[in-house]
Parts: sequence; structure tokens; C-alpha cells
Amino acid sequence: MKIPYYPGCTLKNTAKNFEVSSIETARVLGVEFEESPRWNCCGSVYGMARDNIMHQIGPVRNLLRVREMGGHEVVTLCSMCYNTLKRANNFVRKNKDKLEVVNAIMYLENTTYDGSIEVLHYLEILRDRIGFDEIEKHVKKPLKGLRVGAYYGCLLVRPLDAALDDPEEPGVMEKLFEVLGAEVVDFPLKTECCGSYQTVSEKDIVTERTRKIIDTARDMGIDVIALSCPLCHFNLDRRQKNALEKYIDFKTMPVLYFSQLMALAFDLPLDVNLFDKHYVDPLPVLKVRGIIE
Amino acid sequence: MKKREPRIGVFVCHCGFNIAGSVDVNKVKEEALKIPGVVYATTYVFMCAQPGQNLLIEKIKEYNLNGVVVANCSPSLHELTFRNAAEKAGLNPYRVEIANIREQASWPHWDEPEKATKKAIEIVKITVEKVKKDIELKPTTAPVTKRALVIGGGIAGIQATLDIADAGYEVVLVEKNQSIGGHMAQLSETFPTLDCPQCILTPKMVAAGSHPNIKLYTYSEVEEITGFVGNFKVKIKKKARFVDWDKCTGCGACIEVCPKKVPSEFDLGLGKRKAVYTDFPQAVPNYPVIDPDACLFLRKGACRLCEKKCPVGAIKFDDRDEFVEEEVGAVIVTTGYELMDKKEMAEYGYGKYPDVVDALEFERLIAPTGPTFGKVIRPSDGKEPKSVAFIHCAGSRDPEHYWSYCSKICCMYIAKQALLYKHAVPDGVVYSFYIDIRAGGKGYEEFVERIRSEEDIVYIRGRVSRLFQVGDKIRLYAADTFTGEKVEVDVDMVVLAMAIRPSEGTFDIVKKLKLATDPYGFVQEAHPKLRPVETLMAGVFIAGAAQAPKDIPDSVAQASAAASKVVSLFSQDVIYHSPIVARVDTEVCAGCGLCRDSCAYDAIEIDLKKKIAKVNEVLCEGCGACSAVCPSGAMTLTNYTKHQIIDILDIATESWR
Repeated sequence: MKIPYYPGCTLKNTAKNFEVSSIETARVLGVEFEESPRWNCCGSVYGMARDNIMHQIGPVRNLLRVREMGGHEVVTLCSMCYNTLKRANNFVRKNKDKLEVVNAIMYLENTTYDGSIEVLHYLEILRDRIGFDEIEKHVKKPLKGLRVGAYYGCLLVRPLDAALDDPEEPGVMEKLFEVLGAEVVDFPLKTECCGSYQTVSEKDIVTERTRKIIDTARDMGIDVIALSCPLCHFNLDRRQKNALEKYIDFKTMPVLYFSQLMALAFDLPLDVNLFDKHYVDPLPVLKVRGIIE
Repeated sequence: MKKREPRIGVFVCHCGFNIAGSVDVNKVKEEALKIPGVVYATTYVFMCAQPGQNLLIEKIKEYNLNGVVVANCSPSLHELTFRNAAEKAGLNPYRVEIANIREQASWPHWDEPEKATKKAIEIVKITVEKVKKDIELKPTTAPVTKRALVIGGGIAGIQATLDIADAGYEVVLVEKNQSIGGHMAQLSETFPTLDCPQCILTPKMVAAGSHPNIKLYTYSEVEEITGFVGNFKVKIKKKARFVDWDKCTGCGACIEVCPKKVPSEFDLGLGKRKAVYTDFPQAVPNYPVIDPDACLFLRKGACRLCEKKCPVGAIKFDDRDEFVEEEVGAVIVTTGYELMDKKEMAEYGYGKYPDVVDALEFERLIAPTGPTFGKVIRPSDGKEPKSVAFIHCAGSRDPEHYWSYCSKICCMYIAKQALLYKHAVPDGVVYSFYIDIRAGGKGYEEFVERIRSEEDIVYIRGRVSRLFQVGDKIRLYAADTFTGEKVEVDVDMVVLAMAIRPSEGTFDIVKKLKLATDPYGFVQEAHPKLRPVETLMAGVFIAGAAQAPKDIPDSVAQASAAASKVVSLFSQDVIYHSPIVARVDTEVCAGCGLCRDSCAYDAIEIDLKKKIAKVNEVLCEGCGACSAVCPSGAMTLTNYTKHQIIDILDIATESWR
């Protein structure tokens, strides 16, 4: 199965580990990610102003690129890209007049967008197309004894019309980690805010959020946190450095993408995970738990 | 009916400034006088007051009026007032019509006096036109069966039953559980005076159980109700009890010997009961039933210990559900409430933490009659909780996610539960997270204030956004909206004041009786202020928490009110029914049955032999749905005939043509 793929900016930079591990694990499952040509910024945050049509052009133009590929759906990895594309798509589907304006602004394009592309997240492909039973068949090295806490943040599950799971109690990642053989720990702060873009100007807020989330995870006996959002990853991983400086009793915890756990369980070469991109090195705890030698 | 020249009087009411503030009442009067057939018109400041009514009576006599139009407020308010007044003057009440120029003219057009006046004039004109063709009518009558049915044996049902029985009428009380008593029997103590329900409820239960005028059907459900006010037929299902209550002496030997234990419904699963059981030791009637889903013999064919032990041979394993029919003249619905399931609340853990209990569960844990005999322990490990957090408004006052309404009793019972907990665990810490304290009621505010100040309870104004288990503690994230600070606290146990919802039985009875409900499913009263215990269905009354969240004093007051309505209904030998009903022209009717299908009141039958429709005049509510749907015009609604409606339309569209 081939599916058009929209990467977004971070997947090519700080979250290269997310991209490579996703593409490689999908390949194991028989899914080929076909990168959309000439993609541009997703818009980064969904434009909330009803009259700010300019804000919808970025995401819609990306959907147009998929249309040009002859695709009828697009898979995303970054939660932010998923959320922005999906909501922009919902917006132009619901407001045909606004779609006309968007198309009029993009008059230099060869085609117009008609609202027909389906925006999907890799987790939806795993759950709805491939199925957990099928994924289980590809597990070569179960993540036995690794206590994993899933962390969703906000963008995968809010608002309701862009949610891929229950906004208060999502469970898709937990089910995935169960078939990977991990010991899934119910993490009550899985939808807590990571601090988001405050990380740029208000580092202290994010440092405090990170400390709270990581400390609580430690209280729950969690070894690693697994997530799907590069911004959450940046905040929960890199800001641990600031937390160490600010809170004397703070202890670090590795933060992984769900696709990296899949790669480990599928026994793919370790370098697809690009662990050198992490601030908190996951290797020690993986070794302690016997996941890798 | 002999043809008469119309002599119609028009009375235009000012309703203070309500009408006269925007409608030029004098102009309405002048225009009314120009209508052919109108021989008298006047205005008066308050037509509904005694002088206004007297004016009406006087002028009917003086001008020998044979029709009256009162231009005032909605007919639902004062149609009856003026029809009664007209009757005193010797005019047939059905020759009086209301022109609603308040709700339909002055109020919606309060800032456009000219438009309001024009509209008022048009409304008066069409009403005059209707009166011209109104025929004189007499109310129909039906006999009254002087027996009542009360559905639901909680405190409201018991009170209503006792009041009617004491007035000398027979009452049939149906309760789905083994015993009457309802939720009140589960409570520890009752606010604000802290009497225990055993002291104040059980005497009433005993009285209901032994009253010569009361027929008790417990462990039974209402299967079907047909008929109409004064003449209901009720089919009651007596669930198979597997114990012959005619033989049983209530000695309890069977319960003692039964080896099978299952979670007790009465203790909300916190305690156990046997497979043969009574709801609680003070049950009325005190005869046990066997739970067929738990009984070893009924499930697996082995045991029969109770049968061997019973000294009177009352165990009856071949018992079946039984159906009985009762005839009654009035029904009181007292089917009560349930707490919203804590499993519905994501932010409070979807019910997955055992030490997060709802308020009724906590009630059982502090009740001396509870599974722990009043010793406060937490469900997970049986330890005494040294800190408890109460969360008000869990599911209530939350229009975004759950229910918009206030559940009304939680502020009070949380104060009470906090007090009882502090007395049981003096070194315990109590947090109470609230939105604001609503203690409106006699002695309520004083009760809450006393507990707040004397019992060292930490009241925090703010909602809890999330809670979760960490180790053996429950961690709460909340806000203190007075200081603007975030609050984070670890406690041993959490009590959720879950929203009050109509009980399952309420939803069921509402369907069976075709009662109206509010958007939340509570039974709708006929008028929120002036007819609080009546429903829109004649002869059916409501009391207690089936109508809205309510505490014990209010439930009892409402139950007595409903009982007095029933008693006053029974004080008449016949009941009168509005003659504004559908009538069939049997010459024209072909018996197609469309009218029957359109009738919401089951008032129409088709005579298959004669191929005609027949209207039950007592059931018919005069809605007119049948006459609108009738393809041949055979069905007409009295005083709303097609001729009248066409004439009205002619007049109404006059100025637009």
C-alpha cells in the first residue's frame, strides 16, 4: 500500500528520528510513505479567526499538492501538522464560500482544491488500516518489562472534530504498546499541556510543566514516555536540561516517539531511531530492561 | 340550533402597562365597535380582577350579549376565569373567547406601538369572527373510580399513599424493589436536623405496610396503564419472588442458611447480601425474595437449603411472574432519582479508582446501618481514610459536558457528610471543592455555616480539573478562585457529588403514561409555579425527585400536595371534560383510519363493521390533529370548524389583500 505523506518542517530537522523510524516501521507493515512534492509549511497553528482566510491557504495548498499526486488521502506524523491540516480541511469543507476564496487566491495553481482529501495520522493507519493483530505478527523482540506511559498532549485529541480518539481518555497508543509487548502504565497526565510554544519566550513555564509531567510519570513507575508530537518531544525532552538546573531533586526520563518503540520491537537496526538526537539518552534504561544488549 | 343575530361584547384589558404600554387600547375599542355584530366595547385596567369580572357580568346582562371577546393575555391564564364569569351572567361559557393581545401583540412589539395596535385590532377582529359561529356546549362527564395508584415507594410515594389512605380512599402502591423506603432508607442521617432515617422513615413504612386502605405491591412493576382521568386500568407485573408471602412469617431462617453471597444493591455493592434476601433488616414487607440470578438451585440445580430450613414451607421454586389488573381513578408518579454514573466522568477517572466514590456510596460507608456499621473505611484496602476530598457539582452546572442544572441537595449533604466523617475520624482532614454554597432552606445556611466554622473543614472555592491515583493516594488538581492559585493535594479518598438524574423507572413510566418531560428527562409539571404537582395528563400527578432534584422536606411537601389533589378529585362523583372535542360526520366518514394514526391520545377507534371513526370524548384533548389530517372533511373539531377557520383567514388577510 502506498500513501501520500506530508512531513512538515520538524520531521526534517529536530524530529528526523520520528520520520525515519516511522517510514521504516511502516515499510515493515507493507506501507510505503510517498512524500508529497513541493510541500510547504502546514500553517503551524490552526487559524482561529473566522475571517482570516490567509491562514488557511498554507494547509489547503498542501492538500492541493496531494490532489496533484492523484491521492485521496494524506498521512501525517507531527501532531501539529495533523491538527492544522485536518481542521483547515474541515473548515473549507464546511464553508464552501471560503473554499472559493482560498482557490481564488491560489489562482496561479494549475488545479483547484475541492475538499476531497482525507487527512490521517500514522496512528490511524496503524489502528484502522493495519490493525493491532497484524502489527503483533511483526513483533520480533517484545518490549517485555519496559514500563511505558503514553502521552498525547492536545493536538491529537482536541478539538472533537479533529480528534482521533477520546479527548479525555485516549487509548490508541496504549493498545499499540500492548501488542509491542510493553508493560503499559496508565498515565493520568497523558492529555496534560506540555507548555507548547511558551517554550520560546517563557521557558520557565515549560520547565515547570516538564518537571510536573516527568515527576508524576516517575511516581507511576514509568520508564519511558512515548508520544507523537515533535513539540511535546522538544519540551518534555530538551527542557529536562532546564529542569535539572532549576530543581535539585529532578531526575531525567527518556522521551520516545511511538514509532521508535515500534522499531525496537520490530528489531530494526538501532540507527533508524537516531537516539543521538535525544537530550535524555534512552539507551541506559533500554539496556537495564533488556530491550537492547 | 336556532339562528340568532350576533350581539357581541368586546372587553379590552390594559393589563396595567403590559398591554396599554404599547397597544392603544382605546383605538382597539373603537375599531371593535365598527365590527358587524359587535354591540358593545370597552376597556378596563385589569379585566381579570373582581371589578373587571363584575363589569363583564353587568354588560352581558345590560346589552343582552350572546357572545363575548376578552382581549387580554394568553387563554391558558384566564380563559376559564372569564368563562366562569359569563356563566354567572347566564351566557354559555363556550361563547366566550380570548383575543391574546399581550403575548402576541404588546409584548413582542413593545417598542413599535403602531404595529402592536394594528396587530391587536386584527386579533380582536378574527376572534369576534370565531365567536359568531361558536356553538353553545356543555361539558361531558365521566364517573370517577375512587382509588389511587402511586408508582414508586420512596419517601414521596409513601407520604402521598398515607395521606390518601388517611382520607379514606384506597391506594395501590407499586414499588420495584423488595421493600419500600427508597433512597431515604440508604441515608446515614438527614440534614439539617440530623435525624436518622430509621427514626423518621421506618414508622411511616410500617404505617404504609399495615394500613387497611393500602394495597402494597413491592417487587412489582407497572406494565401498562390505559384509560383516562377517573378511569385508569393498570396492569402490574409481580415479579417471581420464589417465596410464598402468604405463608412466609419473615423469620429469616432461609436468609441465615443461604450459602450464596452477592453484592448488595442496597449497599451499592459495598456490602454483600444472600441470594435469598430482604433489602435491609427494617424492610417493609419483611418477607424475602430469591434472586434467580444468584440462587444456586435456580442456576445450577443444587442446594435447596432454604427450602429444607423453612418451617412453614414457603419456598416456591416454580414461582412465575404474575400479572394483576387494578382499576384506579388517579395516578401519582413518585419514581424518584438516581445519581449520574461516575463512570461517565473522564476527568474523575471514569470510575476506575476504587477510592473515588459517589456520595450515595459514601452515605452507606458512614451509615450505622451500612456494611461497615458506620466505621469509615475506604474501599480499596479497608483502611481508615485520614483525608477526604468532596467534589461538589460533579456533572451538574456543567453545560459544556454534562448537565446544566443544579442538583440542589449536594451542598447540604456534603456539609452533613463532612460533619459525620469528622466525628468518626476526628484527626481527619476534609477538603470541600465547591462553586458556591447554595443553602436556601429553613435552617440550611445556619447548618452549613456551623459546620464550616466549627469542624475545621477546608472549603476551597474552585473546581477540580483532574484527579488520578499516585501510589495509595488520590492526587487532585484544582483551582482556588479566591486566591487565583493552583491547588494540588493528595488525599486518601474522594467523594463525588454526582448529578441527580431521573431514575430509570421515571424514564420508563414517562413512556408508558406519555408524560411530557423537561430537556433532562424529569417529568414536566403542568405549570412551574401554579400547578406544580399536576402533569399535562389529567388525573396524573407527580411528587418528589422525579420532577426535579429535591430534598426530603420538599419531596414530602409535594407528595402531600399531590395527595390533596387526588383527594379533591375523589370528592366529586363525576368529572367534567371539555366539550371542545373532535366529532365525526358519520355520513361522510369512510373509516380510513388516518385520524386514529394521528391521535396522540389514543382517543379514536375505527368501527370496522360500519367503517366509521369513533371519538372517545373523555380521552380527546381537542388538539385538532385528526381534523387536519382527515381527507374527506368528516372529522371536525367543535368550535374550530373549517367554516370558522376559513372565515377567520378571510378577516385576517383582509388588510393584506
